[in-house]
Amino acid sequence: MNTGAGDRPVLEVDGLSVDFTVRKRQVRILSDVGFSIGRGETLGIIGESGCGKSMTALSLMGMVPSPPGRISAGRILLNGEDLCAASESRMRAIRGRNISMIFQEPMTSLNPVYTVGNQIAETIRRHKGLSGADALAEAVDLLRLVHIPAPDKRVSAYPHELSGGMRQRVMIAMALACEPDVLIADEPTTALDVTVQAQIFDLLREIQDARGTAIVLITHDFGAVSEMADRVIVMYAGHKIEEGSLDEVSDDARHPYTQGLLRCMPEIRARARERRQPLPEIPGVVPDLLKGLTGCPFASRCPSAMDRCRELPPSFALAPQRAVKCWLADASAAPGEQPA
Amino acid sequence: MSAEPLVRVENLNVHFQMPRPHLLAPRPVLHAVDGVSFEIARGRVLGLVGESGCGKTTSGLALLRLVAATGGRVLFDGTDILALDAEAMRGMRRHMQVIFQDPYSSLNPRQTAGDIVRAPLDTQGVGSAAERAARVDELFALVGLRSNQKALYPHQFSGGQRQRICIARALALTPDFIVCDEPVSALDVAIQAQILNLLCKLQDELNLTYLFISHDLAVVQHICDEIAVMYLGSIVEKADNAALFENPRHPYTRALLSAVPSRRTPASATRIRLEGDIPNPIERPDGCRFHTRCPHAQARCRTEAPALTEDRPGHWVACHFSNELDAAADD
Repeated sequence: MNTGAGDRPVLEVDGLSVDFTVRKRQVRILSDVGFSIGRGETLGIIGESGCGKSMTALSLMGMVPSPPGRISAGRILLNGEDLCAASESRMRAIRGRNISMIFQEPMTSLNPVYTVGNQIAETIRRHKGLSGADALAEAVDLLRLVHIPAPDKRVSAYPHELSGGMRQRVMIAMALACEPDVLIADEPTTALDVTVQAQIFDLLREIQDARGTAIVLITHDFGAVSEMADRVIVMYAGHKIEEGSLDEVSDDARHPYTQGLLRCMPEIRARARERRQPLPEIPGVVPDLLKGLTGCPFASRCPSAMDRCRELPPSFALAPQRAVKCWLADASAAPGEQPA
Repeated sequence: MSAEPLVRVENLNVHFQMPRPHLLAPRPVLHAVDGVSFEIARGRVLGLVGESGCGKTTSGLALLRLVAATGGRVLFDGTDILALDAEAMRGMRRHMQVIFQDPYSSLNPRQTAGDIVRAPLDTQGVGSAAERAARVDELFALVGLRSNQKALYPHQFSGGQRQRICIARALALTPDFIVCDEPVSALDVAIQAQILNLLCKLQDELNLTYLFISHDLAVVQHICDEIAVMYLGSIVEKADNAALFENPRHPYTRALLSAVPSRRTPASATRIRLEGDIPNPIERPDGCRFHTRCPHAQARCRTEAPALTEDRPGHWVACHFSNELDAAADD
């Protein structure tokens, strides 16, 4: 943690592409994704299933299943070091120490036959070289940090003895064991109830404030992003289609997909309205990446699609850290090319 | 709306006998549903909300007799269906159907979509083969599937389309009443909107009555006329849509509403924070079930369980101090 606030970002991703070989064909799962994140900042990555948000997380961790997958282009700079070029043994040293991850399903990501203390201590032993007893003592401290009651007892509990919220706290304790610079949270609260979700968000914020951890929050829930994120990127079919601050994306979405996504989500209103109105829909379904897309991936569902959309738009930068991958944002467009 | 409700549930109990912890110990009892009562008028939607393990799904299944109730009555159009024999119940099932949460596991992977939708017609022996085939075409059109998709298998459909198959199957026998058990929870938001719109449209067109079970308060607010909030096997608050969201009265309902992250008003500042998890339904707390997590709990709450009472017209709440809390909230 030698990167001071304000200067270089902790994590920079540039032109990241991931290909999978499916039935002897190359399929591009991630196309030219780039973003950066500073110390103490939270970046939300939002999108529907299959949009590539989890694959982005796996790439950052150097865990793209290979074969069939591989990172085909791009750089991932963690404190200036390119993770794409790092050897597997170097990655093993970085993973869990400088960058770590919590997963959606705490039950399937904890080992059922080891105590939770044992699993947390494993990370500590491996990265800090502590003895078994010292590592276990530190595991108790970590359980206390994530507000697990009676941590000295829970340290010898097995995952099945804990509730879903407790398990997610254990996952967070494990991920935080070595005070990583970057914490990737892949749908950390999707499997949890709302009152427990609120507790986990409070915990993540508290830890971030205390340690300056950068958080990448991956989710399909715009409510969760609004709660946690400073900046947001929206993904669709492996492309980063929009990037901006939370307010910019939430109040002034420029990409038709982002606009549609925000409109079609039912939200709790303090005042009930008259008879229920139909929700605005995005017609159709996410395109099949196996079919090999040309042009804008959203064109087939887009209400503003035009001829130009047969060609893939570049990412138009509207401001620093504000970008939209849509021809509508092209300021140089001739007037005749406006959508009908 | 007729005066007599289509569905009337009275004091429904579902208690499960658990295995003995050791040989001589008594068998512990899990009170999944404990004294639940509600009514649904014809053509209306009642939402049943709560967190996992609160008994909302078990209530829905028990009133269809898909799990056995251990007490209470379920009156469907005046008939106590818990008292029916198997043959009579089979006939009754024509009128009451269910849509499950997970469209991946509720469709037989080895049947084609057409066969799946036709199955209820076959089981109940409705019409001739030609009439059934025609009905399947009609159902496919109704839920927005193409009839040339009849020969496809479930894995060839997307999640949203699979849920459409489940809906078509539920509608096959022209039921009056459908239990929708988290019908959109497994779907992406864009697809969620499509399915919710479809459920609303079908309800209006076919004058259906829904019991809509969900943990998602935004979805429930969108679709339901009335809402019952469950906690640990019992209903803690019941009111019509506007009253519940504008003026929630049970501390649990308030906490639940304030915990939902929202795009417009990030809730973190004003959120009511609940400590801990839902208690184990085998060793439930005495008194008010919610007292272990309630920010307003007092001595009386630990010993005496509050009854669900209608202290304002149409607004039922089970809390000793709801009036005091209302006064405090108005200040």
